[in-house]
Amino acid sequence: MLKIDNLRANAGDKEILKGLSLNVNAGEVHAVMGPNGSGKSTLAQVLAGNPAYEVTSGSVTYNGQDLLELDAEVRAQQGVFLAFQYPVEIPGVSNAYFLRMAYNEIRKARGEEEVDPMEFADLMDEKLNFVEMDSAMLTRSVNTGFSGGEKKRNEILQMALLEPKLAILDETDSGLDIDALRIVADGVNKLKRPDNATIVVTHYQRLLNYIVPDFVHVLANGRIVKSGGKELALELEAKGYDWVTGAGAAA
Amino acid sequence: MTTGYQESFARFSAHQAAAAPAHVSELRRKGIERFAALGFPTTRNEDWHFTSVSPIAEHDFTMLVEASGDVRKTHIEQYLFCPNDWYALVFVNGRFAPELSTIAELPAGVTVMPLAKAYVDAPELVSRIGTQVDAETQAFSALNSAFMLDGSVVHIEKDVELTRPIHLVYVTDPHAAKGMTHPRNLIVSDANSRATVIESYVSVGSATYFTNAVTEVSVAQGATLHHYKIQRESARAFHVGTIQVEQARDSHYFSFSFATGAQLSRTNVYTLLAGEGCGATLNGLYMLDDAQHGDHQTLIVHREPNCYSRELYKGVLDAQSHGVFNGKVYVHPEAQKTDGKQTNKVLLLSERAQIDAKPQLEIFADDVKCTHGATVGQLDQVSLFYMKSRGVGNELARRLLTYAFAADVIETLEQPSVRDELEAITLARFNVAELPAGELAGAETVGA
Ligand SMILES: Nc1ncnc2c1ncn2[C@@H]1O[C@H](COP(=O)(O)OP(=O)(O)O)[C@@H](O)[C@H]1O
Ligand SMILES: [Mg+2]
Repeated sequence: MLKIDNLRANAGDKEILKGLSLNVNAGEVHAVMGPNGSGKSTLAQVLAGNPAYEVTSGSVTYNGQDLLELDAEVRAQQGVFLAFQYPVEIPGVSNAYFLRMAYNEIRKARGEEEVDPMEFADLMDEKLNFVEMDSAMLTRSVNTGFSGGEKKRNEILQMALLEPKLAILDETDSGLDIDALRIVADGVNKLKRPDNATIVVTHYQRLLNYIVPDFVHVLANGRIVKSGGKELALELEAKGYDWVTGAGAAA
Repeated sequence: MTTGYQESFARFSAHQAAAAPAHVSELRRKGIERFAALGFPTTRNEDWHFTSVSPIAEHDFTMLVEASGDVRKTHIEQYLFCPNDWYALVFVNGRFAPELSTIAELPAGVTVMPLAKAYVDAPELVSRIGTQVDAETQAFSALNSAFMLDGSVVHIEKDVELTRPIHLVYVTDPHAAKGMTHPRNLIVSDANSRATVIESYVSVGSATYFTNAVTEVSVAQGATLHHYKIQRESARAFHVGTIQVEQARDSHYFSFSFATGAQLSRTNVYTLLAGEGCGATLNGLYMLDDAQHGDHQTLIVHREPNCYSRELYKGVLDAQSHGVFNGKVYVHPEAQKTDGKQTNKVLLLSERAQIDAKPQLEIFADDVKCTHGATVGQLDQVSLFYMKSRGVGNELARRLLTYAFAADVIETLEQPSVRDELEAITLARFNVAELPAGELAGAETVGA
């Protein structure tokens, strides 16, 4: 589904991703772990198509096509979804309006019919239940004045609604209490299907008790320095990142 | 430069349609005298530094005295907001148009009448005209006084609470080409009254003409007045409008200026907080395109202690339009405990658009809380990316963010029908689909 090959990317003048490679197949859950500043969010943002980051070399193939060629909105329309580490506040645009617009834009791009506000309200009720969110959140401006946990939950609500093929969760667990963490993880687990894939970016092992990954990768200094099964996360937790980043620096 | 106006004035004064009581004749005489002495302001005048009115001065506009025009109700329905609910006084090319107006069922204690009728029927009210506006030093107000002919007189008597808005509509049509009108309005809110008065300046067609309006407002003790001005003149028009307010103790005045029209426009909103415990809210939204030039000047004078003032102006500037905002707050030494807040935000949608913003706080009291903030910027790239990452295309995302920027200040309008209408105009302007009920943005964003 996703094939990242020797990817290099800059933020500003600084090279952050320094030849990163990663393969993700449909039906798999991958965890990308790594110390702060190692480039996890940069990877997530580059995959989502943020023009603020510049790809200098390497390639990303998504379902057989060159992902880097596509504008961010086209990627989303083709099933790529990023749950932001820092969800963005949009004062003056209600959550309900934003969600319906996103849903319909994606449907339109796929040649499907738009849903009207009534139908959409029914659909939203179901999704709100799914992430245990109050409908009052819909009339508020997107993320505006939301607590950290509310923002993260709102990201999962959007994911539940848009039903992506490739979901990238960037530190969705940070700042969540244990209840919120469980809701977020439940959401991800219930959305898991044989034809979609998830990349869970996290700093801590904690989330991986709830979302069990098929593969764990350690990102350090802009590269994947170690990959393994779910037990790698536990090993990292026990030994700390120095254990692998030391190896990364030497390589 | 002013000789044309002096000749025009001689013809105007001799015109039988311009017959008026002695008080008005005197204001006219003084007006032309002062205008001849002052001339049009130049950019050397501090108050006109960023706005050159030479395009107005260079035109030879003729005074529209006789009733003219061919405007029917169907032409102006879109400008009437709630034609079945509001009281409307409609003027075409400067003259009252009774067949378009709806003031038949006014409740007791409310007077709404055209000025030309008030000369005869309401001399008491007419005698109050000219007491507030500065026609001594302000050339456009002097010019308005000189050519004072028609306009609106509104009087809300003591304790009267009027729920339905009063709409004063000034329409021009192609017959106004090369002409000028000088609408003169008087709004008197007596003690403890409540009312909403809306002035609209609109056009059918695309003529070049000049509107120069003056509105004098007095808000008596304990009274509340919502006063909105909607400027949607033709794209070729010139518009200058001055609102001068005086507020008594414990009164509340809410002003909103919505401006999208005219090639060159200037709106002045001046209020004097002349009693303790009163407050003024001066908000506005201007949205300009092409080569439009739109200027707002506000002045809040705190003369007495324990008063508040709030100000939020937003501008959306596209193409090579030019916006100007000058917000002055003057706090007299006696005006202790003044609480003033001014915010001015501008969104530039094009690299060629330009804004000149000048907040001015002049504070002569020591125990006051006065702040001002200003921002000028483009659409937020992070917000744009966030929306795109959810599948929303660049164009739609830009339009929605622009709408949201503007809607934020419209949300402050208390009168729901006005708010809905201005929202609809703004949605249409940025081609954003109507928001169904329940999807309106939360009010918590107000003032953000
Ligand atoms: N827009 C940017 N401009 C400059 N440097 C940036 C930018 N974004 C991130 N960085 C830098 O890139 C590095 C990696 O950041 P990030 O991808 O956010 O790491 P992580 O998510 O792993 O904590 C950090 O050193 C960070 O300071
Ligand atoms: Mg990060």
